[in-house]
Amino acid sequence: MIQRPHVDWFALAPVNALLLATGLALLCAVLVPRPWRRGVAASVCALGYAAAFGFAIALYVRSAHGHGVVADAFRRDRLAELATMVVAGSGLLAVALSYRDRAREDHAAEYYSLLAAAGAGMAFFVAANNLMTLFLALEWFSISLYILCAIDRDRIGGLEAALKYLVIGSFGSAVLLFGSALVYGSSGRLDFAGIAAAGGEHDALLLFGLAMIIAGLAFKASAAPFHMWTPDVYEGAPTSVTAFMAAATKTAALVVALRVLVTAFPTNADLWTVAVAVIAVCSLVVGNFAALVQRNVKRMLAYSSISQAGFMLIAVSADSLLGARALLYYLVPYAAMSIGSFAVVAARERELGVPVTFENMAGFGWERPLLGISMWAFMLGFAGFPLTGGFVGKFYVFAAAYRHGWTWLVIVGVLATLVSLYYYLGLVRAMFMRRTEDLQLAPIGGSPPRDILLQTSVSACLVVTVGSFFAVQPLIDLAKHAAVSLPF
Amino acid sequence: MTTLLIVLPLAAALIVWLLPLNPVSAGALALLAALVEVGVWIQMLVRYDFAAGGLQFSERRSWFSDLDVSYHVGVYGFSVWLIGLTVVVMAATIAYAFWVGRERMRAYMGLMLFLTGAVVGVFSAQDLLLFYAFFEAMLIPLYVLIGVWGGPGRMGATLKFIIYTMAGSLLMLAAIVVYGLSENTFDLVKIGQSSSQWIFLGFVAAFAIKSPLFPLHGWLPDAYRESPPEVAAILSGVVSKAGAYGFLRIAVAKFPDPAHDFRVPILALAAIGLIYGSLLAFRAPDLRGVIAYSSLAQMGLITMGVFAVNDLGLDGSVLQMVNHGLVSATLFLLAGMVERRALTGELGRLGGMARGRPALATVLMTTGVIALAVPLSSAFAGEFLILAGIFQRGWGWAVAGAVAIVLAAMYVLRLISAVLHREVGPAVSDAALDLRPAELGVTVPLLACLLALSVWPAAISEHSFRGDHGGADVASQFK
Repeated sequence: MIQRPHVDWFALAPVNALLLATGLALLCAVLVPRPWRRGVAASVCALGYAAAFGFAIALYVRSAHGHGVVADAFRRDRLAELATMVVAGSGLLAVALSYRDRAREDHAAEYYSLLAAAGAGMAFFVAANNLMTLFLALEWFSISLYILCAIDRDRIGGLEAALKYLVIGSFGSAVLLFGSALVYGSSGRLDFAGIAAAGGEHDALLLFGLAMIIAGLAFKASAAPFHMWTPDVYEGAPTSVTAFMAAATKTAALVVALRVLVTAFPTNADLWTVAVAVIAVCSLVVGNFAALVQRNVKRMLAYSSISQAGFMLIAVSADSLLGARALLYYLVPYAAMSIGSFAVVAARERELGVPVTFENMAGFGWERPLLGISMWAFMLGFAGFPLTGGFVGKFYVFAAAYRHGWTWLVIVGVLATLVSLYYYLGLVRAMFMRRTEDLQLAPIGGSPPRDILLQTSVSACLVVTVGSFFAVQPLIDLAKHAAVSLPF
Repeated sequence: MTTLLIVLPLAAALIVWLLPLNPVSAGALALLAALVEVGVWIQMLVRYDFAAGGLQFSERRSWFSDLDVSYHVGVYGFSVWLIGLTVVVMAATIAYAFWVGRERMRAYMGLMLFLTGAVVGVFSAQDLLLFYAFFEAMLIPLYVLIGVWGGPGRMGATLKFIIYTMAGSLLMLAAIVVYGLSENTFDLVKIGQSSSQWIFLGFVAAFAIKSPLFPLHGWLPDAYRESPPEVAAILSGVVSKAGAYGFLRIAVAKFPDPAHDFRVPILALAAIGLIYGSLLAFRAPDLRGVIAYSSLAQMGLITMGVFAVNDLGLDGSVLQMVNHGLVSATLFLLAGMVERRALTGELGRLGGMARGRPALATVLMTTGVIALAVPLSSAFAGEFLILAGIFQRGWGWAVAGAVAIVLAAMYVLRLISAVLHREVGPAVSDAALDLRPAELGVTVPLLACLLALSVWPAAISEHSFRGDHGGADVASQFK
């Protein structure tokens, strides 16, 4: 007789809600007649995400003291729930903005099923409490995303993107897995607290394992020098998938990186803080300089997401409560800005039917004021201007780096911000400041009908981006309570 | 009341943006809001207790408590005057833009109102991070105002402008992070003095670029030439004062030791800027160039007054900030009016505009005469106070200042004669009208403020600091 561990179903509720949505959406593909299929599947997926969001809130409220559940494989604490909220919110917005995607006639139900599955994987990932569940969850959402990238088979570059993502992503997963094996070999434990308790300080095997785990997570967070797949995949994947990936995958990977490093490797903090700081600096340099020369908006946003990962990794590298707070705060406006900016790109893409470049964004701001102004706000937010949460986020990140004693990292961050202005404001310039003759108003064949859902989700992102500047205190309180689940 | 001054224009901006108004009603609404703002400021002026001095009308609300950042606003004597300069100039420029009828009026007016709120915020913020937020928020509308409504070279001009100013601002952000965290508060009133030279230089970089101070003025000629005239008026009249205000409120008051250590280099740069700017103004081929470089020179003079850090110099610099703000705003608006008539600002193609245009001649002449600081004018009082103040720090500085005043007379007179006198230039047609009543309505109030200050410059110079002792007030960090 196998001993069954006690299962805290409530703690698994967000994951299960999304899994249920996955199953139901998949059933829609066969059971629901074609005209209603997309609507039903999308509603199921959206309901799943909304339920996950609701459960995450309930769990956040009731998990003041974090503890392991399901034989300690899974952790129920506020850190995981906050991250789940961000993931679920991103998922909900991704559903809304993909609803009117014209390209997808055939696979609508499968698409929403996979979207829910990816969300479920991420919700599991951020709560993983040992190396086994960590890897399991990583593969879970990665595989969903591989398929999502390729789901529009006739999209140019879609298959290429998916293949690249599959090969490089699998490589990343393999590195992570190998690292986990080494860590297990050294410490004899799989759970994070156990690895920390084994206390293999400066043990070569453990250090190798640690390095490989960092590399594996950096692949998922698309931090340089593990970022090679990012621009191609972001460019080739359907834009709604890119939006979801940029916001949710990065959130999950960064939160898990924070959790693993702080919980499992406190004895080697002197080493991994430096390693993460170096990765952060690489990401800032590579992301910003590569973004300067991009003309394709999605590629530019991809490189910008690499540099944003760099900023957030600065917060991780600070290895402090303040750093954790900075990261968890920053993730909220960051997720909103990424989803929002890709949603605007998606809107333009649907109007033109060609990839969106700086050139064909000309005049967009005047033609579609809501989307134009939102995009402007997202760009200013990425660049860390006031009136957006990006400003407060960067401020917190710099504060954390300074408190850690790394003033040089503050300087690097400041310089990177300066460089980033060129391309963020370049997009604003393209949208608003071209001469009237250059403006590409009303594309040939007329504009598609107004997409209320997409506009609503962009507005929601705008509200979060700007609102997080004013409502810093409540968000920081959320982040603060979440950060205390980690053993600093 | 301070919050009202900040929020009123921001709320008006939102209304103008969101309501589907036609251009005329959008412009009228914006102008109304700007005039109400002036009214509120007059209320503040009347109710501010100059005898007591210090921080008044202050409001403090926590923004995020774990790093002790708060929404803390309030005004000092000198900030009352700078806010006054802001609201008056903004009202005039909004009126002018309304009259000219800019394209996309709602967007334009909304941005102007937004800018008003941000500038007033800079002059009243009493929290470092809030100050930074307003300081940056100024940049957003300016970027768009120049980039969308500017001249043919606007792309390059905005890029240069934004890169220069952001480079400074971001250094300031790093300095703010370091300063605030090491003092455990970001409240400008609570925070203690620091002797760190690096933090000081971070702040100075931002303010020196904003002012601008030689040799960081690379963005200035392009930005001033490519902007719409009313935006150039704001840039040189109001926004540049944010830099000088920062020197006064933060750099000098919070960093007495570094300010002392770096006094000679900063004064030297200011003096070079003063003379070099004056020479360039004398050589500039166009109207805007003259005003732009004279602005560089005047900001050098004001910086000298601030870094003299004594009663006379500080009084003079506050007075001169207001004077120069009004003068350069009026001159830029006049330049815009001349350019509308002649379709060019090149001095070589202008001339003889006084004939048959008495209003233009009178207004330009009067403003010019005040700009070159003839005795009895308010600018004379301001410059005299600054020179007297800086004289106490070394007679050499005063010599540089005096030389520049002579140069000022040269470039202003050259400007006046090139526009008004000589024979009629090729760009000036007989059909070019005199100033219209609306244009007079914009410029004459500004001029009236200048004349009023000429009659009673002590209104500002004796009502800026507690007990009229600027030096002591700065030394006590305005507490």
